[in-house]
Amino acid sequence: MPNFLKAIGCLLRRDLTVALRRSTDVLTPLVFFIIVVSLFPLGLGPEPSVLRTIAPGVIWVAALLATMLSLNRLFANDHADGTLEQMALSPHPLTVLVLTKVAAHWMLTGLPLVLISPLLAVQMNLPESAMGTLVLSLLLGTPVLSLLGAVGAALTLGLRGGGVLVSLLVLPLYTPVLIFGAGAVAGVIAGIDIEAHFSLLAAFLALALTLAPWAAAAALRVSLD
Amino acid sequence: MQYMHKYASPKFFYTLAGKLTPWMAALTAVLLVAGLYLGLFVAPVDFQQGESYRIMFIHVPAAWMSMFIYVCMAGAGAIALVWNVKLFEMFAGNCAPVGASFTFLALVTGSLWGKPMWGAWWAWDARLTSELILFFLYIGYMALEASIDDPRRAARASAILALVGVVNIPVIHFSVEWWNTLHQPASVGKVGTPSIHPSMLAPLLLMSLGFTFYFFTVALMRMRNEILERERHTTWVAQLLESKS
Amino acid sequence: MNWSEFIRMGGYGFYVWSSYGLALLVLLLNLYLPLRRRKTVRRLLHEFLRLKEQTR
Repeated sequence: MPNFLKAIGCLLRRDLTVALRRSTDVLTPLVFFIIVVSLFPLGLGPEPSVLRTIAPGVIWVAALLATMLSLNRLFANDHADGTLEQMALSPHPLTVLVLTKVAAHWMLTGLPLVLISPLLAVQMNLPESAMGTLVLSLLLGTPVLSLLGAVGAALTLGLRGGGVLVSLLVLPLYTPVLIFGAGAVAGVIAGIDIEAHFSLLAAFLALALTLAPWAAAAALRVSLD
Repeated sequence: MQYMHKYASPKFFYTLAGKLTPWMAALTAVLLVAGLYLGLFVAPVDFQQGESYRIMFIHVPAAWMSMFIYVCMAGAGAIALVWNVKLFEMFAGNCAPVGASFTFLALVTGSLWGKPMWGAWWAWDARLTSELILFFLYIGYMALEASIDDPRRAARASAILALVGVVNIPVIHFSVEWWNTLHQPASVGKVGTPSIHPSMLAPLLLMSLGFTFYFFTVALMRMRNEILERERHTTWVAQLLESKS
Repeated sequence: MNWSEFIRMGGYGFYVWSSYGLALLVLLLNLYLPLRRRKTVRRLLHEFLRLKEQTR
């Protein structure tokens, strides 16, 4: 089905181009991520051992919040100018188009978070041995955040107070990812075997990949009615 | 399917629910009184926890209800989404406030039980933490439903959310259990259900059944109100009101 | 059966009775709300039908 793949490619390229033209949209969550993590040493004092203990949790929670902050960008602009309705009418399944949009969203928010995280790890005095685990756990976890977030963004599309509402809907669903993501990093520091953490994060990703696009597409159809 | 549409017609259901409600309410009262009697007077003192374990007869049924109602809500939401049955939409929407109040009850009684057991009002015990997240899920559901003006659209959007939630609840529960065993400090003992004796199990089951029928009673009452409101343009509602006044 | 013993609950009276009291409160509130709503809905519907009669 070359036609179908072409549509996906077009959509992906378009989303990336549009977002990069408005580069503040891409930079805001990233800067937010850095600022939030930097505030913790100021609030708690620069004691290295304290920072090391809280680092996994702090970096992961900041990643959750930064992802959430960027969620309304996922569908809102396309909804405002009517592109989204055209997509829903297109012959290609909406589920796959949603998945493509989520992929673009992750490349522009999740991936930058993953890439900048070693810098914050240094700031938070995380041992070098845990650095790889942090990056890998974020790499597995942030796509889940984008996928679940897409459901929340689709449900709150066009509602008043949508930005705060989406956090109410999505944050409780993020808890398993937070537990195992931060748990993996803390586990490495404590010297625990963390293979299970990664298996479970990968399982969450597989589950979210199969189910979340359906839910998000159904939610979009409800919101577009 | 044709039977479903007959019994699911709002007019038919309104009268049926009106007839059922007093019976369900009476059954609820009987079950709760029997459960309270057995729980407070008959069940013996727990040798480890003393009399404080009697909070269990509220806490555990409330925690069960909080999950049962969420599953009911998601199930009804799924039926409403697939077959477009208005009654199930209304049922799902009316589950949430009752479910949230049972979750709240489970949280507060858990904390009241924890104080004499752990010496603290709150401990990050696995069951309490899961209840807390479930409470957040209920709040999100109600917030989403309240922020959409059109009742049909609100029902469909919140049904999708409930389905996503119901897939997540086992995952959340499992994650919290895991996290809890990993971080459990040795001093904090687990408030588990004490090894259960038949004289303790009976009141527990009676209270749970009582809460279940209570939930259905309240849900029917709420649904009747909503049916009247939604069907106000129809002739049967006009006739009903005229015959009563 | 000694009532003051029963109320004391072996020293846990406060915790036990506040749990049962709160449960009662929650159950009563959930009954009261639909009953009040029922009254309001009936009143509004009577009003609604009266206005409909008038405009006819």
